[in-house]
Amino acid sequence: MTQISVRVDGASYTDEVEPRTLLVHYLREQLGKVGTVVGCDTSNCGACTVHLDGEAVKSCTVLAVQAAGSEVTTIEGIAQNGSLHPMQKAFHELHGLQCGYCTPGMIMASIDLVGDNPDPSEHEVREGIEGNLCRCTGYQNIVRAVQQAAAEMRGAQA
Amino acid sequence: MTAVEDRPMTAGPAKEVGQARKRKEDARLITGKTTWTDNMVLPGMLHLAVVRSPVAHAKLGTIDVEAARSAPNVVAVFTGRDLAEEQGSIPCAWPVTPEMVNPGHPSVAVDEVNHVGEAVAVIVARSKTAAQDAVELVDVDYDPLPVVLDMERALAEGAALTHDHVASNESYRWIFDAGEAGTGSSTDEAFAKADVVVSRRFVQQRLIPAFMEPRSTVVQPQGDNYTMWSATQVPHILRIMLAMTTGVPEHKLRVIAPDVGGGFGGKLQVTPEEVITLLVAKRLGKPVKWTETRSESLMSAHHGRDQIQYVDIAADREGNVLGLKVHLLADMGAYLRLVTPGVPILGAFMFPAIYKFPAYRFDCQGVFTNKTPTDAYRGAGRPEATFAIERIMDELAVELGMDPLELRRKNWINADEFPFTTVAGLEYDSGDYEQATQQALELLGYDELREEQRRRRESNDPVQLGIGFSTFTEMCGLAPSRVLGSLSYGAGGWEHASIRMLPTGKVEVITGSTPHGQGHETAWSQLVADELGVPFEDIEVLHGDTAISPRGLDTYGSRSLVVGGAAVVNASQKVVAKARTVAAHLLEASEDDLQFESGTFSVRGTPGSGVSIQEIALATFAAHNFPDGVEPSIDADATFDPVNFSFPHGTHICAMEVDTETGMVTIRKYACVDDVGKIVNPLIVEGQIHGGLAQGIAQALYEEAVYDEDGNLTTGTFVDYLVPSAADLPHFDTGNTVHEAPGNPIGAKGVGEAGCIASTPAVVNAALDAVRHLGVTDILMPLTPERVWRAIHRGGDGGDRATAGTNAYGGAQTETTAGVSTPESRLGGDR
Repeated sequence: MTQISVRVDGASYTDEVEPRTLLVHYLREQLGKVGTVVGCDTSNCGACTVHLDGEAVKSCTVLAVQAAGSEVTTIEGIAQNGSLHPMQKAFHELHGLQCGYCTPGMIMASIDLVGDNPDPSEHEVREGIEGNLCRCTGYQNIVRAVQQAAAEMRGAQA
Repeated sequence: MTAVEDRPMTAGPAKEVGQARKRKEDARLITGKTTWTDNMVLPGMLHLAVVRSPVAHAKLGTIDVEAARSAPNVVAVFTGRDLAEEQGSIPCAWPVTPEMVNPGHPSVAVDEVNHVGEAVAVIVARSKTAAQDAVELVDVDYDPLPVVLDMERALAEGAALTHDHVASNESYRWIFDAGEAGTGSSTDEAFAKADVVVSRRFVQQRLIPAFMEPRSTVVQPQGDNYTMWSATQVPHILRIMLAMTTGVPEHKLRVIAPDVGGGFGGKLQVTPEEVITLLVAKRLGKPVKWTETRSESLMSAHHGRDQIQYVDIAADREGNVLGLKVHLLADMGAYLRLVTPGVPILGAFMFPAIYKFPAYRFDCQGVFTNKTPTDAYRGAGRPEATFAIERIMDELAVELGMDPLELRRKNWINADEFPFTTVAGLEYDSGDYEQATQQALELLGYDELREEQRRRRESNDPVQLGIGFSTFTEMCGLAPSRVLGSLSYGAGGWEHASIRMLPTGKVEVITGSTPHGQGHETAWSQLVADELGVPFEDIEVLHGDTAISPRGLDTYGSRSLVVGGAAVVNASQKVVAKARTVAAHLLEASEDDLQFESGTFSVRGTPGSGVSIQEIALATFAAHNFPDGVEPSIDADATFDPVNFSFPHGTHICAMEVDTETGMVTIRKYACVDDVGKIVNPLIVEGQIHGGLAQGIAQALYEEAVYDEDGNLTTGTFVDYLVPSAADLPHFDTGNTVHEAPGNPIGAKGVGEAGCIASTPAVVNAALDAVRHLGVTDILMPLTPERVWRAIHRGGDGGDRATAGTNAYGGAQTETTAGVSTPESRLGGDR
């Protein structure tokens, strides 16, 4: 077992983990951060996407020990003072989710995408979220939501 | 789409139904406050891992579990022999013929394994990792048997057998002949007098539902009671079937479907793992959890489609269709699961589609192979039927030298002919195919694209353009119980609802139709808000728990709104009727003098007098001042059993670019106009269409479950099984026409499967339209660049080398599609 200290959604944790433990399993099973989910075992689906020091990562592709000393943000940590993140709000307003299983990862990946490209075209959004699979929506409303949130996030920065 | 305010801004009684309400469900789903089954943690909970067969067909020899049993933190190991007495057989609720052969389906294999991925042992451990580690320690002797994979070979004389104890690989043969049924005339006569007969062999490749949430089951024993949480579409059916299978009495079993991450038919099942989890929890008296990996899911959860379709169509020289003959081979896989044999039968009545065929014959053989069982997948039988008819209509148009749309128009049911009884004996309820088609043509920009197609053809552009149609209908709202009975299905098709009026005026709606992404909580709230005149926000929809919602038949077949929503409306109307009696008493008026508007009863012609239904709820709770002889409750139940199916329809048009140098296909534009009857929530309806389109397009272009010649699934991860990403799909231009369904109080027809049913043939027809002038007459699905390139440059359907050495259809073992002769017709056509 290896001891790690990590900040997750603004709180500090120190835990013993098996070296082989994936970050997603640490989040779900040791911290109870079950908002982040597992959808595959080959890093294709992106359902487990979180932010590691501000960058989107698939938390099934990161070992918990690699997150030691880092700041992790999950879907449970992006609403501020009780108000939804613009990306959460846009997914709701534009019906960018149905069953909602891919949604945490999709939202986290989309926030990172907009961070890199504040005004993405439809094509850029489609390319930018291709590492996240959704089986319900056909993606059209997700693309709209990302663009709407990007506009709101640009406005907030101005 | 324009954003819609949460609250109607207009004064007066704005109707909820028809508004693009944002979904109630989203609040928890966008914040991670979800209740997926795998989230569940219970004190002392044990974890399961399943040892699965790596071979497709073998006798089981010794299973040595000692090393696993003594591994750290392993609590128990069970083999099929340990569970044989209790596990029974996975139930098949649809014996389609009295003679149907069901080989039996043990949850854990006992003597023989019949497909790769079948369970052979179960590890129970204190942690999931300990259980998975111990899987490697189980040593199984497999004594290999011949592997049966190809349906056409499986039916040949002297073929090896899928199961040791069956006489042949045919499970059943099911025939519908319109001439014999009295719903049409003889196909033999129709074909004999035809000027033109076109025959084709189409392949519906095997697909995997690939819901995003892997399956998971938790069972908690409490004395002799058991609570099961499961990622299922069908908690009610699951409870009944588990009781009948395992001997745990129904009243001792509670099944809960918490948040469920998609299903698409894939979670319409009683799975071996649900049985195993229940039996292990029962044996050990401890809570037990099983959650699958994606790889386990792809190889062991049921698959869909997988048919070979021999289709013959007869017409006169003017393009009037005279007859249709369909011979299906439907791959059951190794076992019959819940509705495996019934899936092709659900399609049996839909091959004639929207066309006025005088004669029709359908002949289906269910065939066993050593592959994962098939069962429901979005559309279940109807996408297969729609593909066959919409493809062969294009082939007939080519044969006749007619425009494909003109041929359709000449033969489809006209708007003034509804209700129309088809040659298959179904009564289509309402619609207007011309109107939907006109609207779709405009949405697509048809004339411009046809012009561009002509230019590209003339200039011999390496990128050719094609336009493909699908003018589909489907059969929704499963189902009238009597019809299901006549088809030997093991249950009814009704749906149940209850309305509970709480003392504070809030409303609980209990529905038997359990959602997994469809937005029931929002749409049902809209229905009830209109019926009761209470605010949308004051309504809570409860579902998916057999203790809370004791009666229900769950969610599949686009039935939720059409059948379940109808029950909700009827129950609401009963509440209003009961409240009226109380209101009359409180207002000291005759019931006949009361009007009910916007949630308030008032005496006609007496402004200012009035009592709201929410106030009546409180008065009912107190029951201090109640009419004599009336029980103090205004709650109500309703069970709705439809008299007929509903028949959504629409016109889907795909414009496809085909790069003739690389074989790459790109959807240039996709336009569709769907008539799903009354629209309760346009936001949700559009979303359902989008999602269906994605899955239908994925069948045409991307997805196929491929087995190698030893029966290994070679598309067993998301690396190999190509669920499309956002970058793989186009923008969709969607529209609606509205012809209400007369068969339910809402007027809705069902929308869950429409996009998936309609889109596949439109996409393939479009690709063929782009390259038909180059001599291409068919391309096997999925239309990979290699297949398309080979079809253009090497002839045939592109399926020769791409899949050689595998059992993908079109592989070396099967004939090519184009020009194949079938035993079904003896006339010329294009062969």
